[in-house]
Amino acid sequence: MGGLVVGLLMLTAALGAVIMAIAFRRRQRSAGMGAWVGAIAAAVGSLSLMVPLGFCTFAAERSPLDRGFGVVLVLLGAGMALGLVNWLSMLIGGDRSHRLGMEPAMPGQFKTHWIVPLLLLAPTLLILLIFIYYPALDTFSLATRLARLSTPRTQFVCVRNFTELIDPSYSGRDLVVIGMTALLGSGVFYGQRRGLANSRLYGLGQRLLWLGAIASGYILVMGLWSDYYRLIFFNTVWVAAFTVGIGLAISLGLAILAYQPIQGASIYRTLLIWSYAISPAVAGVIFAIMFNPVVGVVNHILVTVFHGSALPWFTDPFLARFVLILASIWKQLGYNILFYIAGLQTVPQDLLEAATLDGANRWQRFLTVVLPALSPITFFLIITNLTYTFFDVYGTIDYLTKGGPSGATSVAIYEIIRVGIRSDRDLGRAAAQSIILFLMVIGVTLVQFRTSGRRVNYGA
Amino acid sequence: MSKFELSHRPKSDRFPGWPQRWPIHLLLCLSCLLVGIPLLYAMLVSTQSNPEVIAFQVTPGSSLGRNIWVAMVSRNLGRYMLNSTIQAVIVTVGKTILSLLAGLAFVYFRFPGKWLVFGFVLLTLMMPTELLTISLFRIVAGGFQWGDSLYALTVPFLASATGAFLFRQHFANLPAELSEAAQLDGAGPLIFLWRILLPLSWNAIGALAVIQFVYVWNMYLWPVLIIRSDRLQVVQVGLSSIQSAGDTGTAYGPLMAGAILASLPPLLVFILLQKQFMSGFQISREK
Repeated sequence: MGGLVVGLLMLTAALGAVIMAIAFRRRQRSAGMGAWVGAIAAAVGSLSLMVPLGFCTFAAERSPLDRGFGVVLVLLGAGMALGLVNWLSMLIGGDRSHRLGMEPAMPGQFKTHWIVPLLLLAPTLLILLIFIYYPALDTFSLATRLARLSTPRTQFVCVRNFTELIDPSYSGRDLVVIGMTALLGSGVFYGQRRGLANSRLYGLGQRLLWLGAIASGYILVMGLWSDYYRLIFFNTVWVAAFTVGIGLAISLGLAILAYQPIQGASIYRTLLIWSYAISPAVAGVIFAIMFNPVVGVVNHILVTVFHGSALPWFTDPFLARFVLILASIWKQLGYNILFYIAGLQTVPQDLLEAATLDGANRWQRFLTVVLPALSPITFFLIITNLTYTFFDVYGTIDYLTKGGPSGATSVAIYEIIRVGIRSDRDLGRAAAQSIILFLMVIGVTLVQFRTSGRRVNYGA
Repeated sequence: MSKFELSHRPKSDRFPGWPQRWPIHLLLCLSCLLVGIPLLYAMLVSTQSNPEVIAFQVTPGSSLGRNIWVAMVSRNLGRYMLNSTIQAVIVTVGKTILSLLAGLAFVYFRFPGKWLVFGFVLLTLMMPTELLTISLFRIVAGGFQWGDSLYALTVPFLASATGAFLFRQHFANLPAELSEAAQLDGAGPLIFLWRILLPLSWNAIGALAVIQFVYVWNMYLWPVLIIRSDRLQVVQVGLSSIQSAGDTGTAYGPLMAGAILASLPPLLVFILLQKQFMSGFQISREK
């Protein structure tokens, strides 16, 4: 298998050289240097994931699927290294200052030994190192192992924890093709120049292209999973999409209503934003009682008021998902409205008045003035709402459905904890699924940064 | 800063062309009602006894006091709320102190590799704790042997990029003359932080405090895994002891009373510090 590895390295190096040469040329810098930088970065990047694995995917006893996965990992490493180098070269090229060295003295800085600031930072750095960086590395290591909770011994299993999640009918070659396509697609995506997006028509075409790319990517990935993981992936994507999409639309509508200059507006606002204080778990508790098939008020109203039949809210997969999404939207509503009302205060009044004078109707004014002015807030809210649907929704699910019926409301984080700690106690598999969720989070965040191009701070 | 306050502007018409006011009132009343239904229902149930709940009685029952007592005392919710308060206060105070120190170091000192260290802190924004739960559980419960302890609930959450970043932005916007004057007077960094920076930072501290308090109070995933004993359990997990109370089945009234009680502290903190919260959000937005 040595030949395959060497061939791959040369291929990625050549690709890297071409890509970076073009990138450097565009920035009016030497293409030759770009080629060298690209080749080295791609080669190092290719090895970056393979060396820790000890090239195990290419060992003779591994299956073709493992080998295909290995090729994808090599390409992924090269792609990440190229992205990093490209970003760094932009940073250094952008302002050739002392970003990487010692900054010049600023007025008002203390002239002490350099150990003093490091001592001030020491507690923060120590905690981040022990409780974030070390677990992050440990997660990657666990993902390649057969590891059980409460058994200290672990065994190296290469990429089996990952390939188990892939449909066994796929061959290694399919994986390589899909991996290449995905990487090329994201490269094109990443390389797009934002300047072109200013023209309206181009923007529309680009948006359609995006939708197409995202949809085909989704279908591709859905087909890739084994039956077991496909359901989890499906739940994660759609719970997030519906919660964020519908939730933000409703919140914006209510925020605009509550922003109207009418009497008692502040009372309405208070009545709309209090649900910020509701925790994910409490939302789950309240909705579990409301939708309880026997004693719940929803079924009671369905039967007595609408003369319908009682619905099996928690035993029907579709209905269970519906309740989960409803509870999630409700839980996030107060927070979203709060930020949208704050955002509406930044909508430039003169632009609105100018648009009115130009004869724009209410809907046109909304689309051309209000919505663009709110885009930083929308971006911030999409990220925070995604954090909720990817992670915090755990509490809601645990009180509402416990992931049931038969996994219909189990999203990625719920499955990770179930597999890793609560029932299977299989740390390796759970770690591998954590990495997949991590990639999803990174992917969505990158797409977000690319589309809105605003930098907003978030996190908790 | 005023643009983020939730107050009326003197300008009478924000979206010119809206018709009469009463349809807006009507729509708003309806939406408030719709949004409020789950809570109103929870409040209603919290006043009722089990037979009243099952009979779908629409008027408030008379069991509110009994339900609160059952939730708080017999089902131990009081203990859980105390535990959550202790946890939230320790994390909020600890994180504020560590973040203040980090912000101080990033703004008022120069040292080799500053950008690298800042990048090291900032990069953790990309690594949510929830994704690391599997490994964190192994480290905290196995390595540190902290399973079932207050350490496990607090120490891993004492540092964060958000806090360090917030204070860095805040300090960087303060005039440099402050620290020059302090140094002329012979004040060291910590004296400067305590005497000068702290009084100027209450808005930022308030903002961080709201975010952190609500974050810790609402924490569910970590305590449900790491805390085994009833004595140390936190409120979000403790609610389940009311939900699944063995022989008698779910006691709906106490459960809903508990859910409402569990939501009061964050609501209180939020109402008290709302202004700081919004202005802090503005600081943390990069310009």
